[in-house]
Amino acid sequence: MKPSEKMNDLADVITDTTVIQGRSLWRDARLRFFRNKAAVTSVFTLLAVILFILIGPQFAVWSNEEIDWAIMADIAGSGMPTVENGHYFGVDSLGRDLFSRTIQATRTSLLVGVIGAAVALVIGTLYGTVSGFAGGWVDNAMMRSVDILIAIPATLIIILLMVMFERSFFMLFVGIGIVSWLSMSRIVRGQTLTLKNREFVEAARAAGVGPFTIITRHIIPNLLGIVVVYASLLVPEMILTESFISFLGLGVQEPNTSLGALISEGAGTISYGTLWQLMYPLFFFIITIVSMFFIGDGLRDALDPKDR
Amino acid sequence: MLNYSIRRVLSAIPTLLVLVIASFLMIKAAPGGPFTSERPLPPQVLANIEARYGLDQPEWKQLWDYVTGILFNFDFGPSFKFKDRDVNDIIAQGFPVTLTYGTLSFLVASTVGIALGVAAAIRHNTWLDYLAVGISFAAQALPNFVMAPLLVLIFTYKLGWLPGGGWYGGQWQYLILPVAALSTSYMATIARITRSSMLEVLHSNYIRTAAAKGLPARSIIWRHAFKPAMMPVVSYLGPVFVYMITGSVFVDIYFSTGGLGRAYVNSALSRDYAVLLGVTVLYGVLTIAFNLITDLIYGWLDPKIRY
Repeated sequence: MKPSEKMNDLADVITDTTVIQGRSLWRDARLRFFRNKAAVTSVFTLLAVILFILIGPQFAVWSNEEIDWAIMADIAGSGMPTVENGHYFGVDSLGRDLFSRTIQATRTSLLVGVIGAAVALVIGTLYGTVSGFAGGWVDNAMMRSVDILIAIPATLIIILLMVMFERSFFMLFVGIGIVSWLSMSRIVRGQTLTLKNREFVEAARAAGVGPFTIITRHIIPNLLGIVVVYASLLVPEMILTESFISFLGLGVQEPNTSLGALISEGAGTISYGTLWQLMYPLFFFIITIVSMFFIGDGLRDALDPKDR
Repeated sequence: MLNYSIRRVLSAIPTLLVLVIASFLMIKAAPGGPFTSERPLPPQVLANIEARYGLDQPEWKQLWDYVTGILFNFDFGPSFKFKDRDVNDIIAQGFPVTLTYGTLSFLVASTVGIALGVAAAIRHNTWLDYLAVGISFAAQALPNFVMAPLLVLIFTYKLGWLPGGGWYGGQWQYLILPVAALSTSYMATIARITRSSMLEVLHSNYIRTAAAKGLPARSIIWRHAFKPAMMPVVSYLGPVFVYMITGSVFVDIYFSTGGLGRAYVNSALSRDYAVLLGVTVLYGVLTIAFNLITDLIYGWLDPKIRY
């Protein structure tokens, strides 16, 4: 066989190989996630809760602000959950429709969780990548200040903020935002440290790519997995924090409400026998938190590079 | 080790300073003060009161006096609201209560949590394991403010076994519900961490070697597996202690135990800055001290860590 024929054969062999569909990281992760029964069930539960918030108001007979004067005098008796008078979940201690109040509260709590986690995600990722990528004394200074801030009991700081300034949604988000990004930035920094010495970053640097582009194009996309996992676990944590503060009466103020505030009201009236005022908000609180924990766990199993 | 401990203690100082200064500035920046009332005081009276509490001084001087007062005289200053009490009195009254049920909750959460986690790991994939995992997942969604009303509902209203609040010198009936409410969700998390860490250790090579050597299971678990498996658990105990401190704010209010938490929220609402600052600083010191202890225990558990 002449060399050229040999070459052709070889070329044939190479080109003949059927193209194997590569499995990307995300595809792999998706497969793993959908194999996790608890996580998938939780996704559907959470979707059901969101659906309830979105289309629930269509079915509500009473708005969340109306007081049903007719049954206000006898809340423990005729304020019970019934379909007849339109109070599916009963009424609260002031005679307002608990169905509408629960929808409103669940919406607030989800919003707080998502926004809190989003703030943590943005600030934490930026801070962590800059610190890890810069290295040297900049890294040292940035991380020492995180160490200091993390040692301060976060909930106390939020309580201080809420009490000292006006108790508004804005202040609540500021308070939660201030404390939530700290551990996120630590995790991101650790990952950045290992990433920045990898060959592809070195190659980018050798090709003359600036540090900003390296961070946004090479470091952050590789961090995404762990960041998403951590953010998904932060959402229920934020909801818990907000509910705790609202339970103390220091969080969201009337006429707004959150699940923590509703649970607090319900807990205050259990001695009158109006159990539904505690149980309905509690039910939504627990299924939301539990399903979020399961989803976060599933995402971690799916995306955590350590397990692969 | 000693060197490291000294370095850690020293590094706690800037943390504390930042805490004091940040809380001080935040309080100063907030609108309203302890002496603003519906009916404004005559200016001369207000000036006298402010001079009495040193509020007429420039702010850096106030801060300086405050910090040096704590450092050299262990004096947190007078309360702005209660004329005959200073902050030290208020702390001395409430703190023992908080410390009692806080320590108990911490002990309950860590011992029960670790026991549950180890049991689940040893009996991996049996009903005991599933039960432990199930409990710990459910309990995660039952933080103190959810547990407390549920416990009161069951044990006070339905069964009538336990009082739903009060303290009375810390008799055991009054301790059970606060401790249960405060410790449940952390117990669950500790159990989960213990279980997964223990499983990981039990699958490692040196444990297989020990088993191949014919060591009895008890000796493998307690002498070889337990200590390394405890490392992630110990590093979680520091934060747990902090959460319990903030959780105690809730317990004090819900169960009327008379601890520091009530004083904290009340002083914030009535703008009694002195009490507020004092309690914040105290909580901060406890947090930092506990993180320090955690780190030292961690070093003892993991011989690979060199200082």
